[in-house]
Amino acid sequence: MSVADFVTRRRGRRWHWTDIAAYSYLALGVVLMFGPVLWLVLSSFKTQAALLEFPPSLLPMTQEEVMVPGQGDKPLPLFKVTMDDGSVRTLAQVRRVGIQAQMVDPKDPGTVIRVPIERREPVRKFQLALENYTKPLQQFAFTRYLANSVFVTVVATLITLISNSMAAYALSIYEFRGRNAAMLAVIGTLMIPITIILVPVYMVVASLGMVNSLWAVILPGAATPTGVFLLRQYMLTLPRDLIEAARMDKASEWQIYWRIVMPLSLPALAVLAIFSIMWRWNEFLWPLAVLTKTESYTLQIGLNAFQGELQVQWHYLLAMTVVTLAPVALVFVFLQRFITTGIANTGMK
Amino acid sequence: MAQLELKGVHKSYGPVKTIHGVDLSIGDGEFVVFVGPSGCGKSTLLRMIAGLEEITDGTVSIDGKVVNDVPAADRGLAMVFQSYALYPHMSVYQNMAFGLENMGLPRPEIEKRVQRATTMLQLEPYLQRKPKMLSGGQRQRVAIGRAIVRDPKIFLFDEPLSNLDAELRVAMRKELSALHAEIGGTMIYVTHDQVEAMTLADRIVVLRAGRIEQVGTPLDLYHRPANQFVAGFIGSPRMNFLKGTVAAPGTIAIAGGRSLDLPAAAGLPAGEEVTVGIRPEHVALCGREDADVMIRLDLVEHLGGETYLYGQSETLPSMTIKQDGDCAATRGDMLPLRLVRDRLHLFDSAGLVRRAA
Repeated sequence: MSVADFVTRRRGRRWHWTDIAAYSYLALGVVLMFGPVLWLVLSSFKTQAALLEFPPSLLPMTQEEVMVPGQGDKPLPLFKVTMDDGSVRTLAQVRRVGIQAQMVDPKDPGTVIRVPIERREPVRKFQLALENYTKPLQQFAFTRYLANSVFVTVVATLITLISNSMAAYALSIYEFRGRNAAMLAVIGTLMIPITIILVPVYMVVASLGMVNSLWAVILPGAATPTGVFLLRQYMLTLPRDLIEAARMDKASEWQIYWRIVMPLSLPALAVLAIFSIMWRWNEFLWPLAVLTKTESYTLQIGLNAFQGELQVQWHYLLAMTVVTLAPVALVFVFLQRFITTGIANTGMK
Repeated sequence: MAQLELKGVHKSYGPVKTIHGVDLSIGDGEFVVFVGPSGCGKSTLLRMIAGLEEITDGTVSIDGKVVNDVPAADRGLAMVFQSYALYPHMSVYQNMAFGLENMGLPRPEIEKRVQRATTMLQLEPYLQRKPKMLSGGQRQRVAIGRAIVRDPKIFLFDEPLSNLDAELRVAMRKELSALHAEIGGTMIYVTHDQVEAMTLADRIVVLRAGRIEQVGTPLDLYHRPANQFVAGFIGSPRMNFLKGTVAAPGTIAIAGGRSLDLPAAAGLPAGEEVTVGIRPEHVALCGREDADVMIRLDLVEHLGGETYLYGQSETLPSMTIKQDGDCAATRGDMLPLRLVRDRLHLFDSAGLVRRAA
């Protein structure tokens, strides 16, 4: 069965207009969701000149260039030129003066030919501008930023998982006075945006001498109300018999938490891990506030550095954006099945 | 192995009282079954013994030591839950070893104990399986094994067989009986199924609405129920209850039937409303002239070895009669019945049994 047959097989039925509508709708979705990402990836391989070109091209194309002896030590761009007699020749352009271009034949560098610019057509070839990637990674401290981001994400996610699951354990397994009040307080903090508490938290961090340290990024956000809520709701669904059986089995509270509740909460923990990785990886405002030295920059802050007030280095910005996206995308590919099952389970069983 | 003593045990959840003063003492190696309708507090009582529920008032003591404030883990008891409560992420072996690891036993000792329990329960082929991959009966056995390996002072069972199908339940019942005979521990078993209670127990504790109705051996409860509730609860099919009044001291007039001379009724004043109870197997078919009551048959169940007859009349409530072997009666027949005199139970207007002195 060919691919086309496979895609269009109809289980014996004829096409119905709803099929076409459904496929069109889905195709639209794919274009809307995936188009910008594809555009980003393709553009990240374009040279700076190609990025500014109008009309833009889909694929990263560059103009072919040749070294012509006797015409300086820079390569000259190649054009296809329609001559007066109708023949087409491939010439290198030495310079352009107004609407006239001075060109030479690479095989005969001595003779300069003048051509009106509308008569020439650039010779283009497909080429990936890999230097967009290699240069920032080598010359700028991008590998350093990457390492910082990985450190912040991994450590913060671990701390988040452990501290949140402990809070959730206490709020779901134990019955005590004020349990609901405590839970309400936790949920209440969900409604306070980071921008409101930016300054006070900065002052705390500064007085602890943590400015420009990665811990300043990791610690303030480690206990997330969302995580506590998510895990608590999941732990509430664990059968109480299990906890009681563990108590009868002489398990300490730590063992109940670590050996019974944690393994059984894995789906919810996976969801929280995914969220935490995304939050930490993409975090921008808070690191921007507390990290001022280049060596402590995270990726997101590093990306911001390409965006000057007057000039934006789009080719680097796009390439490094791809580098930034790739790890989160990979995390998603491997963990996405947990997201839906985990979220579905954290609701009701 | 241990003795257990409950003294004036009360339980209330806020203003709601569920256990109203239970006194009970359970001897070493005894198999005691708590039985009663749902909501009678039997599970709550068990969980209070286990240490999973706080005791509002009264004392629970094990081997003479009051354990009210001893946490569940340190009471040295093991419990088998209705839901089995196996740890789903652990293998059968790990499930059984978990409690032993927590007790800090050395590894060879743990292996030895688990080995012994698995052999006893025929679980060897499943040691590395997760509970999800076991059948209901196997899970039940793992739950029991988890209790056995800990070598507890007292085994507590909370309706352990209620999630099994009928056939398996009978099989597991036998295994539990054999197990008790083999390891001889003190066991407390909660069930709402009176057949389980009758077959397993050394002594049965019948509970209703948080109070003990009667404590006794199964046959004791069967033959000498203390009140109408116990009489009706123990025995299957249920005991027949006929309304009557005391015609004269020592004589009961059954509503819709003949007057009976009952020595047990000697102390009752004339005119008191009473209830006469008789078990289905103590109702005999007879000739018309000997009949105490007549009923019209509604249903006949032929089970081969025995036959159940169900019938009623305008003045009598529905009655069940058990006959050994086959019985030729068919639906719609009028049956003359005789109540075997020395098998009659007489309950006064308060529901308490009256016996001849």
